[in-house]
Amino acid sequence: MIEARLLTKVFDARKSGMVRGADAVSFRVEPGRVYGLLGANGAGKTTTLRMIATILRPTSGTAVVAGHDVVREPEKVRRSVGFLAASTALYARLTAREMIEYFGRLNGIGGAELAARIRLLADELGMHEFLDRRCDKLSAGMKQKTSIARTIVHDPQVMIFDEPTLGLDVMAARSIVRFVRECRARGKTVLYSTHVMSEAEKLCDVIGIIHGGTIRAEGTLAELRERTGETDLEECFVRIVAPEAAR
Amino acid sequence: MSWGTVGTVYAKELRDSLRDRRTLVSTIIVPTVVMPLLVLVMGAVAASIVSSARKEIPRIMVVGGADSPGIRAELEGTGRFRVETASADWEALISERKVRAAVEIPKGFERALESGSAPAVTLYDFEGELSSGIAVGQLEDFFERLRDRATATLLAARGLPATVARPFEVRETNVAPPEKRGGNLFGGLVPYIIILLCMSGAMYPAMDLTAGEKERGTMETLLCSPAARTDIVLGKFCMVLTGAVAALVFSLVSMGVTLLILRPLFVSGAARAAAAIPTVDPLGILGVLAMVAPVAVLFSAVEFTISLYAKSFKEAQSYLTPLIFAVIIPAGIGALPGIELSFRLALVPILNISLACREMLSGVWHWGYIAVIFGSTALYAAVALALAVRMFKREDVIFRT
Repeated sequence: MIEARLLTKVFDARKSGMVRGADAVSFRVEPGRVYGLLGANGAGKTTTLRMIATILRPTSGTAVVAGHDVVREPEKVRRSVGFLAASTALYARLTAREMIEYFGRLNGIGGAELAARIRLLADELGMHEFLDRRCDKLSAGMKQKTSIARTIVHDPQVMIFDEPTLGLDVMAARSIVRFVRECRARGKTVLYSTHVMSEAEKLCDVIGIIHGGTIRAEGTLAELRERTGETDLEECFVRIVAPEAAR
Repeated sequence: MSWGTVGTVYAKELRDSLRDRRTLVSTIIVPTVVMPLLVLVMGAVAASIVSSARKEIPRIMVVGGADSPGIRAELEGTGRFRVETASADWEALISERKVRAAVEIPKGFERALESGSAPAVTLYDFEGELSSGIAVGQLEDFFERLRDRATATLLAARGLPATVARPFEVRETNVAPPEKRGGNLFGGLVPYIIILLCMSGAMYPAMDLTAGEKERGTMETLLCSPAARTDIVLGKFCMVLTGAVAALVFSLVSMGVTLLILRPLFVSGAARAAAAIPTVDPLGILGVLAMVAPVAVLFSAVEFTISLYAKSFKEAQSYLTPLIFAVIIPAGIGALPGIELSFRLALVPILNISLACREMLSGVWHWGYIAVIFGSTALYAAVALALAVRMFKREDVIFRT
């Protein structure tokens, strides 16, 4: 489970002074559910997700992830989380197997257990063909599978996806969407950020619309439609974040 | 802190770096092949230039001296010069290196010499030019002998022995053992090379493991893992240190092997014999290596911290390049003759190591200073490493884009 409580992040930007990347963001994601954080570029999605994944420290507020507080127990939180983003790249000079092994070891798995886990992931994701190929020689789809395997090698309870389909072709993007559904089916808590409306419509059980660092609206797709009186999610989104533009 | 995680990070960085051509070039290939080759080629070229300059029969010009034909004939008779009468542009010819030197023989020199009151002979040269210097040296030698002979003749005419003008000789004999001479000769140079090697060996891994990772997007991937920030820094830092030490070890071994095995093939016999006489105290070399340990840590930590701040590999390069000058200057001052180790200088990083290593290679062990230098350098290294850890924990540094 994820519970964000008034998460706030203030950046000290030299040119523009103090900037609020996220402002009192609160939401709750239950196991077996996908929570979509929907927002335009610069809305505060990545900042919020990075605070929950303990890559950034909140200026104020906190979040509890799989029973651990992000401020007080960041390492325990990271042990419970799989974080996949368009910006999380692979080590080009390592093979896919070495990449997965490395993150397995960093998560405290080793020896026969790690070998078995890699075998299982390679079976599930169809990676055997390129497992011992260097990451810089892999196709976009193969890289995506390797990234997924790296993310779930320690079988985390919580999965965080930060615009994972950004820059991917249709086939690679579809494999990500399929993977997110599998995570939900396995009872994992999933937090998914995107600015692609169709992805949010297809995947998310609950959608939080974020704009200017704050959650402007939250609910199921049906609830958002009802609240805005629109049927199309894009129209719902525009009506919530920029009502004057919707008129 | 978990040493297991530090080891995991280090093992990954080592494997990754061993597959990186640029790291291999900077930490193994350049120190193993390029540095010794550079020293050898430069030595061989210098020896060959000096040798050919010595073999050359210099072209010299005689200014005046028309009434002293004996002197000119004697100059020609030595076979050591190609003597010509000075042309109007003889000064320009010396500057253009077409003529090595000129000698001005004053009017009535020969006759005045017989009476013992000859005026001064003037030699003209291109100061700092090797062949011109050798030619002038030979001319000085010629006129010195001429003066001795004239003195002896004048004294003999008065019934006096030649020793009247030269009642005693002065001789110079070396009493310093070969290792002290060697230490004095190479002591300034060896620490200078070692310091530069440590720095250049650490430079590429430092940039690749920090700014390079940020640029490639793998830093965020790593930060998602449960590894503590301190463990990540230490694992990466150990790799940077490995680069510094590897560059040093490969270079020293390669230079040693090159000098022992290949040098006789390249260097002429006379030059080899001259260079072989001074040696270096082997204990001094061990001492130098021990002193270099904290320096390697210091450089690795400083370069790591600076590179960490950079947004990209290119930016890191532009930050680290000026650092070379900050290192060369104190290391170079330490190589200068006449600078002695003192308590104050023992606290100046890099310069202190340079001075202490010079002493150790000469077989002189100032234990008090050595302790101060080792302690202070270790302290600076620890501070630099702590700073690196602190920097790694700063979000504005790690996510600086």
